[in-house]
Amino acid sequence: MLAEWGVFALICASWMALLLIGLAWWGAQHEQAALIQLAVAAAWSVFLLTGLAFAILIVAFLQDDFSLKYVASHSSIPMPTMFKVSAAWGAHEGSLLLWAWMLTGWVAAVAAKPGKLSAQVHARTLAVLGFVSLGFLLFILFTSSPFERMAQIPEDGLGLNPLLQDIALIMHPPLLYMGYVGLAVSFALALALLWQAHAPREAFAWARSWTLVSWAFLTLGIALGSWWAYYELGWGGWWFWDPVENASLLPWLVATALIHSLLVSEKRGVLVGWTLLLAILAFAMSLVGAFLVRSGVLTSVHAFATDPTRGTFILLYLIVVIGAALALFSYQAPKLAKTKPLAFVSKESALLFNNVLLMVMTASVLLGTLYPLLLDALNLGKLSVGPPYFNAIILPLTVPLALLMGVGVFIRWREDRLRRLSRVLLWAGLLTGLCVLMGALWVLPDVEGWLVAGVGLSAWVALTASYALWHHARNSGRLSLPSFGAMLAHIGFAMLMLGVTLSSLYGVEKDVRLAPGEHYALNQYQLSFVSVAQDAGANYLTTQARLRLYRGGELVNELHPEKRLYIGHKMPMSEVAIEAGLFHDVYVALGEPLDDQGAWSFRIQYKPFIRGIWLGALLMAIGGLIAVWGRYRRVSA
Amino acid sequence: MSPLRRQRLWKIGLLLGGVALAVALMIQAFQQNMMFFFSTTEVAQGVAPMERDFRVGGMVVENSVQREPGSLIVRFTLTDYNTPLTVEYEGILPDLFREGQGIVAKGRLNAQGLFVANEVLAKHDENYMPPEVAASLHSPKPTAQGQVE
Repeated sequence: MLAEWGVFALICASWMALLLIGLAWWGAQHEQAALIQLAVAAAWSVFLLTGLAFAILIVAFLQDDFSLKYVASHSSIPMPTMFKVSAAWGAHEGSLLLWAWMLTGWVAAVAAKPGKLSAQVHARTLAVLGFVSLGFLLFILFTSSPFERMAQIPEDGLGLNPLLQDIALIMHPPLLYMGYVGLAVSFALALALLWQAHAPREAFAWARSWTLVSWAFLTLGIALGSWWAYYELGWGGWWFWDPVENASLLPWLVATALIHSLLVSEKRGVLVGWTLLLAILAFAMSLVGAFLVRSGVLTSVHAFATDPTRGTFILLYLIVVIGAALALFSYQAPKLAKTKPLAFVSKESALLFNNVLLMVMTASVLLGTLYPLLLDALNLGKLSVGPPYFNAIILPLTVPLALLMGVGVFIRWREDRLRRLSRVLLWAGLLTGLCVLMGALWVLPDVEGWLVAGVGLSAWVALTASYALWHHARNSGRLSLPSFGAMLAHIGFAMLMLGVTLSSLYGVEKDVRLAPGEHYALNQYQLSFVSVAQDAGANYLTTQARLRLYRGGELVNELHPEKRLYIGHKMPMSEVAIEAGLFHDVYVALGEPLDDQGAWSFRIQYKPFIRGIWLGALLMAIGGLIAVWGRYRRVSA
Repeated sequence: MSPLRRQRLWKIGLLLGGVALAVALMIQAFQQNMMFFFSTTEVAQGVAPMERDFRVGGMVVENSVQREPGSLIVRFTLTDYNTPLTVEYEGILPDLFREGQGIVAKGRLNAQGLFVANEVLAKHDENYMPPEVAASLHSPKPTAQGQVE
C-alpha cells in the first residue's frame, strides 16, 4: 500500500510544481509579493513531497517489498542493509527519483535564499526551475516509476549488480547528481536575466556561489567514480574516455569555464552574453549526459535502460528546454551586449582565452562521444574513437590552459603592463625551471618531453597560485577566504596534472605468469607468489591468492587479490590488492589459472603518485567550497 | 582604421586563428584514431584494413580457447556463425570472457590472416551482448563488394 503513496506523492509534487510555475511567473509579471511568497512555499512543498516519495522507496527496499518490480530486480534478502539503501539509486528508476529530489532540493534552497536578487528575477528563476523539475517528475511518472507492482511476487529479489556493492559507488551518484542538477540554478537565472534583458552584477555574484557549489560536487563525484574504476574494475586505469565518463566531463568543463566567466561578469560587468550562454550550455551538457546514460544508446555499467520511450522523452525535453533557452538567448542577448572593449593584456582577456580553451576541449570531447553514436544511428557504419583521439586533443590544449592559469592569477583587471607582469612572474618562472631540472635529474636518464611539460606546468600552476595568495595576503594584511579557496583549487589542479603525468609516464603495467614460489621484480619491490585458496564471504565465493611484497629483502605486506563469484550472479569479479602510498601504489589483480603446475596470471602495476589525481580533485572541490563559504560570510557580515 | 578597431580586429583574428588551429588538430586526431568495426565475415572478405587497428566482434567458439604453455599467449576462434577467425592475445582476459560469449577484440591482422589483438573487451554485465556483435549476427549478409543489401 505504501508504494501507492509514493506515486501519490509524486503526482502531488507535479501539481505543486505546476502551481510553482504559475505563481512565480504571475507574481513576477504583476509584481505581486504575496504570490511570490506562495511560490516559495510551493517550491518547498515540491521538495518535501518528492523527498517523501524517495523515503518511501527506501522503506520498500528495507522491507524487502518484492512486489515492486524495481525492488525485486535490484535487491535481495541477504544483501547488507547499507547496500539495500543504496540499491534505491542503483538503477535507472530510483536514481532518477534521487536526481529529481536533489533538483527540487536546489529549487527549495533557491526559494529560501534570494540573496541580492530582485524579487522579480528571483521569482522568474523559480518559475524556470519549477518547469525543469516538472519535466523530471513527469518523466518519472510516465516512463520510469520505481513503484510499479508485479503480478507475481517472487520469494527473493535478483540482487544488486556486484560491481555496485561498494562504498564509493554508494556516494558516487548522489555527489554527481548534486553537481548535475545544481547547474540548473545558473541556467534558470540566465533565462530570468535574459527575459528582462538586464543583467546586474549582483546577479552574477549570486550565480557564482551556486555554480561553485555544484561544480565542487561534480568534481567530487567524477573523482570518486574514477577512484572506483581504478580499484574495482581490475584494469588499474583511472579514466577510460568511455562515453559515460565523457558525459560527466562535459558539464564539468563548461561549469569550470562558467565559474571563471561569472567572475569577469561579476567584477567588471563584461562578457555578459558569453556568461549567460555558458550557463545555458552547462545545463545543456548535464542533460546531454542524462540522455546518453539513460536512453540506452550506450551500453556500459552506467547505462541503465534500453527502453526507447525514455530516450525519446529526454531528447524531447532536451530540445524543448535548451532550444527555448537558446532562442531566448539569441533574441535577447543583443540587448544586453555592452561593447566595452577588453584590453588585450588584462585579467578579462586571460580568463576569456581560458574559457575558449575549455570550450574547445568540450567541443572535441562532444564530437568524439557523439559522432560514433550519430553514425550508428544513421546506419553509416560502426566506428569508435578511442583514448588516443582524446589524449591527442586534451593534452596539447592543457599546455596553454595551465600557462594561462599562472598568468591569470597575477594579471590585473582592466589593463596590465607586460613589463610589470613579467617582473612578477619571473620568480615563479625561475622556480618552475628549477623544479623541472630537479624532476629531470631525478628520473635520469628516462627524461621525456611530456615529463618536462607535466612537471613544469604543475610547478608553474602551484607556484603562481601560492605566490599570488601570499602576495594578496601581504598587501591586504589578511587572508581572504575566497581567494584562498580559488588558489587551493589551482593547487589541486596542479597536483592532478602531476599525478597524471607521473603515473602515466613512469607507471609499470605488466601481465605476468607466476607459479607458486616464483618472484617478480617490480622497481624497488619484489613480489613473491605463495598460494591460492578457496573461501566464502557473506554472499559470494572467492578464490584468493597470497603474495608477499618485499622491499630490499624486508617484508612490506601480504597482498590478497581475489576473484569473487557472487551468489545469484554468473559473473566473476576481481578484487584487486593495492599497497597504497602517497607517492606510489603497488597494484595486483588476480587473472586466471594457466596450467597444471598451479601457475596463475597476474596483472601487476606500479603507479607513481597516482593518488595525486584524486587528492588533487579533492583539493579542487574543497577549494571551491571554501570560496563559497568565504563569499557567504562576506555577504552576511 | 582607428587604433581601437585595429586592436579589436587583431583580437578577433587571433581568436579565429586559434579556433581554426584547434579544429584542424581535432579533425586530424579524429581521422587518425577512428576505429572501424567489422564482423568476422567482413574480415575474411578483406574489407578490413591491413595496415591499421580495427575492432572485430563475434561469439567465442566453444572449446576453441587454447593457451600456449609457459606464457600468457592465448588463442581462440571468433565467429559470426558464418566465418571463423582466429584471434591471438597476450595478457589477461577480462573477467567476463568465456566460451560462447560475445566479445569485441581490438587489434590488426597479420600476414598469415591471424588477428593479433591488443585489447579484448567483454562488458560488465552477464546478459550483455556488445551491440555491434548482436547486429553483426542478425544483419543481412554483406555482398562481395562489402555493401549491405
